[in-house]
Amino acid sequence: MEKVHIGHHISQQFNEELEDIRTRMLAMGGLVEQQLADALKALTEGDTELAERVITGDYRVNAMEVSIDEECNRVLARRQPAASDLRLVVAVIKTITDLERIGDQAERVARMSLRLTRSNADRRPYSSLRNLGERVRQQLHDTLDAYARMDTEAAVQIARADLQIDRDYDALSRELITFMMEDPRTITWALDVMWSARALERIGDHARNICEYLIYLVKGKDVRHVSLEQMEAEARK
Amino acid sequence: MNQNSTPTHAIDLSAIKRDRRHRDLASEDVCLEVKNLDLYYGNKQALKRINMTIPRQRVSAFIGPSGCGKSTLLRCFNRMNDLVDGVRIDGTIELDGVNIYDRQVNVSSLRRRVGMVFQKPNPFPKSIYENVAYGLRIQGINSRRTLDEVVKKALKCAALWDEVKDRLHDNALGLSGGQQQRLVIARAIAIEPEVLLLDEPASALDPISTLKIEELIYELKDRYTIVIVTHNMQQAARVSDYTAFMYMGELVEYADTDTIFTNPRRKQTEDYITGRYG
Repeated sequence: MEKVHIGHHISQQFNEELEDIRTRMLAMGGLVEQQLADALKALTEGDTELAERVITGDYRVNAMEVSIDEECNRVLARRQPAASDLRLVVAVIKTITDLERIGDQAERVARMSLRLTRSNADRRPYSSLRNLGERVRQQLHDTLDAYARMDTEAAVQIARADLQIDRDYDALSRELITFMMEDPRTITWALDVMWSARALERIGDHARNICEYLIYLVKGKDVRHVSLEQMEAEARK
Repeated sequence: MNQNSTPTHAIDLSAIKRDRRHRDLASEDVCLEVKNLDLYYGNKQALKRINMTIPRQRVSAFIGPSGCGKSTLLRCFNRMNDLVDGVRIDGTIELDGVNIYDRQVNVSSLRRRVGMVFQKPNPFPKSIYENVAYGLRIQGINSRRTLDEVVKKALKCAALWDEVKDRLHDNALGLSGGQQQRLVIARAIAIEPEVLLLDEPASALDPISTLKIEELIYELKDRYTIVIVTHNMQQAARVSDYTAFMYMGELVEYADTDTIFTNPRRKQTEDYITGRYG
């Protein structure tokens, strides 16, 4: 099926239920995106208050996951959806799991920003981490945007961009290792930065997973654990 | 980090995927083959250029809205449409490579090979035993020993034996709807057909009886080729290996049931199974 359209069911109520699931998933995505943006802002500006807010705000992401999950279960039990409707519900169930994990990683970044800010070690602005953060934030934003538009072509581009995030992360770890070798007093700081970078890199992977679910939803093709080239071929079929 | 473009592990994931009960129509043994079948009721064309194969010892389901031609097509398989006035049929249906519409084909012997069960259970107003023995009696088999054996085997096969073994000589009309339907299936399989045609076999039954019939279908497919017409899409999804979607006399899509219900190729199929107006 080329086009996934939620409406036009004979049962108007079913239309509304599916639309509701999708809308709430995108709203959850918006919330997670905000959490990540705030965590990054707290990290670069040393804003401890904002960091605290991200940490205490994670429960809202969790609550949304639980409630969307429940709604999906209800639709499965009562409607027995088929074809694209079934794929929508399954894709949403999987997507919210990854969104929730992204939320956890954002919380982790916020915790690291607290440590980095509060540590007495001389706090140097670290542009490599900022760049990585910006790239990951954009990645998540593009993913949710592609989902809202059911754009599989964009999904492939995003999956490709994840390779760059992985490369940035590798480069950053090498830099940090150099710092630590040159001056062991930087180790505490460097490890905290490393943990933050690791969390960001994981967010990139989750975003790629979400792109895979999107291709499954629109094309009906399972593109997990395949090469980028295969994924591209399936998405364009 | 992970998911590089070149896999670093040597595990062939496609093998794992193929591990499930995946079906492929092209690799099946053909039982029935429909070629360019057109059917007219008077001036009205009810089937348009149907081409399909029914695989042996599999369950094939026909779905589609009322009047799409699915029951008409089913009835072609044992020439039940011959009885309808003003019907004209072009094209061929081959059973094991022989055209069943050939002039030399004996319709009675065809129907012995291709049995049929209808929507409403239609037991004869006779005993349970005589209902099942009926097909053999009209073939001239009257040996008590043979009949006892066949009746028991057919009733067991139809998952009805335990419920009726102590009252085989009671009137069949005293059975419940679900039991009557299984009795009719026992009657159909008593003469050991090759193909079993089921026209809405469970639509008049309660959910538990329906599940028993579905379980029975699953048991029977080891020995028979089964074709089922159903309005209940979930039923088609549950019991069949292959599903054909028909619309306005045409075969729109025919593929393995997993594909039809998760990722159909045609928009018409998608709209029908998801309950959309096309």
